[in-house]
Amino acid sequence: MPRKTMIEAIRDAMDVAMGRDERVVVYGEDVGFFGGVFRATQGLQAKYGRSRCFDAPINESGIVGSAIGMAAYGLKPCVEIQFADYMYPAYDQLTQEAARLRYRSNGDFTCPIVVRMPTGGGIFGGQTHSQSPEALFTHVSGLKTVVPSNPHDAKGLLIAAIEDPDPVIFLEPKRLYNGPFDGHHDRPVTPWSKHELGEVADGHYTIPLGKAAIRRPGSAVTVLAYGTMVYVAQAAAEETGIDAEVIDLRTLLPLDLDAIVASVKKTGRCVVVHEATLTSGFGAELVSLVQENCFYHLEAPVARVAGWDTPYPHAQEWDYFPGPARVGRALIETLEA
Amino acid sequence: MADAGMLRFHVPEPEVRPGGTPDFSNVTIPKAGSVPRPEIDVDPRGIRDMAFSIIRVLNRAGEAVGPWAGLLTDEELLEGLRHMMRLRTFDARMQMAQRQGKTSFYMQHLGEEAVSCAFRKALKPGDMNFPTYRQAGLLIADGYPMVTMMNQIYSNEADPLKGRQLPIMYSSKEHGFFSISGNLATQYIQAVGWAMASAISNDSKIAAAWIGDGSTAESDFHSALVFASTYKAPVILNVVNNQWAISTFQGIARGGSGTFAARGLGFGIPALRVDGNDYLAVHAVAKWAAERARANLGPTLVEYVTYRAGAHSSSDDPSAYRPKAESDAWPLGDPVIRLKNHLIHRGVWSEDRHTQAEAEILETVIAAQKEAEGHGTLHAGGKPSTRDMFEGLYAEMPPHLRRQRQQAGV
Repeated sequence: MPRKTMIEAIRDAMDVAMGRDERVVVYGEDVGFFGGVFRATQGLQAKYGRSRCFDAPINESGIVGSAIGMAAYGLKPCVEIQFADYMYPAYDQLTQEAARLRYRSNGDFTCPIVVRMPTGGGIFGGQTHSQSPEALFTHVSGLKTVVPSNPHDAKGLLIAAIEDPDPVIFLEPKRLYNGPFDGHHDRPVTPWSKHELGEVADGHYTIPLGKAAIRRPGSAVTVLAYGTMVYVAQAAAEETGIDAEVIDLRTLLPLDLDAIVASVKKTGRCVVVHEATLTSGFGAELVSLVQENCFYHLEAPVARVAGWDTPYPHAQEWDYFPGPARVGRALIETLEA
Repeated sequence: MADAGMLRFHVPEPEVRPGGTPDFSNVTIPKAGSVPRPEIDVDPRGIRDMAFSIIRVLNRAGEAVGPWAGLLTDEELLEGLRHMMRLRTFDARMQMAQRQGKTSFYMQHLGEEAVSCAFRKALKPGDMNFPTYRQAGLLIADGYPMVTMMNQIYSNEADPLKGRQLPIMYSSKEHGFFSISGNLATQYIQAVGWAMASAISNDSKIAAAWIGDGSTAESDFHSALVFASTYKAPVILNVVNNQWAISTFQGIARGGSGTFAARGLGFGIPALRVDGNDYLAVHAVAKWAAERARANLGPTLVEYVTYRAGAHSSSDDPSAYRPKAESDAWPLGDPVIRLKNHLIHRGVWSEDRHTQAEAEILETVIAAQKEAEGHGTLHAGGKPSTRDMFEGLYAEMPPHLRRQRQQAGV
């Protein structure tokens, strides 16, 4: 099977979706002629024309608001916000409009849009090129939130998101665009061509939203992670020698609670890992669900490893980013508790 | 320039406050028929002054004059009059129903009936409005059942929105009426997106965006103008300037001495100002803008100059911030009376027939109200099920919502 980078897989997903359904349109800032600042839409305008893939004014609320109108008409817009850090001007449109259109109109109007946003840190992006705002979406009734961690999933999940009849927030960990990253910033990055999950089938396939994947089977402790943290957790397990079961959630909402509960009931311990800030982060929801559903199976408090409750700094990148050392310590502490 | 010394902060104030004598002497009203009617493919740069004038058809004598007159037949105008009267009667009954505790909330259109009723007649089936909460005339003029509107207001068992929405936040795709949101201005850019989609799909349908004077200050107003202008979207960008945004006069949103129509000029969008209380003028301007959009000539911005004669909502008391008699002093008068006088002048209507029509309309509205109340009101009778609360959020209910629905015992 051909191997692709995550960027190529995402581009391939849009190419496949646009080829199959002429209602799919792709736009955003620099998305058209130039092919996106991360090259995710390269070649799509040339292939499908300016009516299907085009540049937008620098106006996030306008991009999402117009997409909602297009969806109400009957198109399936897949739009891009250049960085998740810049989605805030569109937050009104996402939370008050896209999320609730089906509900408030009792299905009279629907909103099958996908909003792609590069997310996450580990790239010296500083305060406004590193944020992980997923908890601001999972808290919103009516949205679905997806975070892929590899090229194979990115393509299958994005096609599923585009075909989904409801609005989907598609967060792409930009640190993973060109290769997996386990937090060891001092080591050379391995490209996706050397990773089995870089294998991306040609043509159409989907990965259902709401289904997690076990990346590393284990019996001692369950690690709940998504995005870049999947690789950090795997590295921490290898380096501590702890037989951790690493679950890649893939979709945060709807959440694969069954997979989580089955694993924690087996291991009796759980560590939740995310890049986003700790307080009221998505980890709090995960810990709460594990406590509610696995209380009598738990042998230790559920731990969280997350970004500190500060804005994402620049110079202190690796003191902020939850790397394998911090995750490893949490694994040891949870096992010794 | 002389050194002015200390800076002083400027906060605009309306001419008069409660207790004062209403004064609209600053509102310049051009003579009916005095504004020319350009071709639809006019170069926007050539009609910039239209953003500062007011297109009017009906003069003080009730005659239709000038280049914007003569588009509607007697029958169409009589129907238009009935639509406005129906909306006004509907408003009065629903306002009363709110006072009687049959619903939690209501918003009237008093004085603005011509804007939405006349506009609707310029659209074709399949076109889509993105209205605010004060354009129910679009539904009335399109024949949407009044009982269904009342069912929504009462949140009863027959409410098409299953009790999920605040009263008057109607939705009807079939009648070209996009689902109303409480969040102001959001629909303005959505309308542009809908219009873009129609163009992308090589369709012939157009969109109409609606916003009030106050909400033009929202950033989505700007978003809509940028997108509409950039992509030449087939959309009519309507601004209903009723002078008031709850308690704030339009000067708080407007800034400077420009008009709301003039906002379009910086975007290269042709902008017209029209007498919002003149049924014929509203219709003629809407038709002009619709033809432009259908001919792929792009967006038009239209400012309807009118006056919010009623309270902002059933929760508002305007006597706290403006003179009680201000609506009587409004120089553009009352849209119903002006069309009535015109039809009498045309010889197809009379005071007697008008009185008779008022009685007939009241009767039909009361009959509709009885039927709706048979399905329940907010606090009595049939109501949507608790199950309806959980359903319809997603196309397929996700597991966590299924669990919550079970917890709720439904």
